[in-house]
Amino acid sequence: MTLLPKALLIVAALGLAACNNPDRYKNGAGADGMNNGAGSGINTNGLGDPSNPRSIAYFNQSVGDRVLFPVDTSTLTPEARGVLAGQAAWLATNGDYAIIIEGHADEQGTREYNLALGARRAASVQDFLISQGVKPSRMRTISYGKERPIEVCSEEACYAKNRRAVTVLSMGTGA
Amino acid sequence: MIFLTFPCKLRDKPTDLQGQSRPHNSPLKNEDKMRPFKSLTAALLIGLSSLTTAAQAEITIDINSPVIEPMPFAVPDFIDEGGAGELAANISRVVAADLAGTGLFIETPKDAYISRVTSFDAPISYPDWQAINTQALITGAVQAGGDRIVVKFRLFDVASGQPLGEGLQFAGTPASWRRMAHKVADAVYSRITGEGPYFDSRVVYVAESGPKNQRQKRLGVMDYDGANVKYLTDSSSIVLAPRFSPNGDRILFTSYASGFPAIYVMNVGNLKTRNLGEVPGTMTFAPRFSPDGNTVVFSLEKGGNTDIYSMDINSGAMSQLTNAPSIETSPSFSPDGSQIVFESDRSGSQQIYMMPAGGGEGVRISGGKGRYSTPVWSPRGDMIAFTKQNEGRFHIGAMLTDGTEERLLTASFLDEGPTWAPNGRVIMFTREGAGAGGQAGLMSVDVSGRNLKAIPTEGPASDPSWSPMLP
Repeated sequence: MTLLPKALLIVAALGLAACNNPDRYKNGAGADGMNNGAGSGINTNGLGDPSNPRSIAYFNQSVGDRVLFPVDTSTLTPEARGVLAGQAAWLATNGDYAIIIEGHADEQGTREYNLALGARRAASVQDFLISQGVKPSRMRTISYGKERPIEVCSEEACYAKNRRAVTVLSMGTGA
Repeated sequence: MIFLTFPCKLRDKPTDLQGQSRPHNSPLKNEDKMRPFKSLTAALLIGLSSLTTAAQAEITIDINSPVIEPMPFAVPDFIDEGGAGELAANISRVVAADLAGTGLFIETPKDAYISRVTSFDAPISYPDWQAINTQALITGAVQAGGDRIVVKFRLFDVASGQPLGEGLQFAGTPASWRRMAHKVADAVYSRITGEGPYFDSRVVYVAESGPKNQRQKRLGVMDYDGANVKYLTDSSSIVLAPRFSPNGDRILFTSYASGFPAIYVMNVGNLKTRNLGEVPGTMTFAPRFSPDGNTVVFSLEKGGNTDIYSMDINSGAMSQLTNAPSIETSPSFSPDGSQIVFESDRSGSQQIYMMPAGGGEGVRISGGKGRYSTPVWSPRGDMIAFTKQNEGRFHIGAMLTDGTEERLLTASFLDEGPTWAPNGRVIMFTREGAGAGGQAGLMSVDVSGRNLKAIPTEGPASDPSWSPMLP
């Protein structure tokens, strides 16, 4: 395979990381974001007023920021497609937001496979959003595998919520 | 049946002895020779050379025997020959813990002793040890002065009234006292079992804290028995699955330090860490060294698809080894560097495949029910350890490299990620419990399926990777 010169790529990666580090779980920030109602975001202050239809809080709560997957699959269910179509429509009129799509898996799998599975799920969402007109340049994906469950019981009720892809928005860095 | 035993091909040795005495028929000298050494390295060479005489030992344990009666042994506190203080007794305690921890030996309680060992060179009163049914007696002495301690020991076959092998001496700094204890225990273990040593080794792992939905992770490295922990990173970013280099000088791992998962290499000596060349829009993970330490195999995900690549660690030049729409991950080299074993879900579920080190289609070697993953080639080259999921349970297992003679060594809610001891006899892995309270911990088990036990760690722990024998 051919690749760009490594030095250039590292510089590019660092630059992107510096202006938009997607790891909202750093330094224990995860639980705060996760426990903030149904939504989640870079931080609780940036979510805005959920009654404002242009806010991240509105996107998270009213449009729906996540879709769920059956066991060991990355195929979008009809329900997931409905949610993502709504996301795409909202994103089309709110073009200033940058988008990170997080893929997650439940704990019923080995660590490395689940990283790959989470990446598959994030890519499924990204591909669908692109098909709905969202610009690829606004989006990046990241997989957390089974590292960041939102529910910790070891039953299907919890697993079902953990097998997810979450569309995480941040302000001012889109386009 | 979960636990299976089968005639093991690891060692061509008749299954005749289970810790019993054999008639003296070896040319071993009755007279011990102590050799002074200036470094642990030199001493280790002697320790290894002693293995060549192991097959002639009077007392032996055949690890592959279906049933093992642990061999009684005694380790009287090592003699303080000047300046050693508590170190002398502490070293003998670690020797005893190493041996007893294998499950192959059982320590004779000190209050049963008839003889007292008051001098390293005093004659052994064999009848006193025979009377309490001890079969192996280990005596030792420690001298300390300045920044140097010297540890010496002798091993005796009590039943035949003979020394077993020559006495050995190790020298090092006081801070390395546990290593010297491990070297003594390794020499005893190897002489009696005929197997390679493994106590003088380290394990790098992920130290965990916090609840499952907010887990903090950092890299730690410890002695194989959980002691001497040193943390290598802080908990500011998720770190996963560290792996030692073939000579233990470097560690590969996956970190979210840049915000995205990518592989890094850390120098163990100075902790200097560098990103191995992150490509925006991709994720790299599951790295492992080649046997010569110059190449890294790993998974690279792009657009949702994960394949296996290799990279020259010095030039950064990459080549793609698999090209399929399925998930290919967890690659591991054969010890001769010619083959790579890996997992793929190309058949619809995770299975184990083998391909030439230069890449290729791969031949499936896992054939049983369920899902097979995280294959790791034994350092002896003869077996593949793996994780298996079947009917809602996780297992650690091992099989020959052609996929035959599979045996499952463990079963639990979640066992995963085996790593081999340097001698290929013991496997360490992660076990995690169910639910909010089910934290991860490290376990080890013999490749025979015996001696399953928890490795004590300061807190929850996962993703162990065993080092080679220390230099």
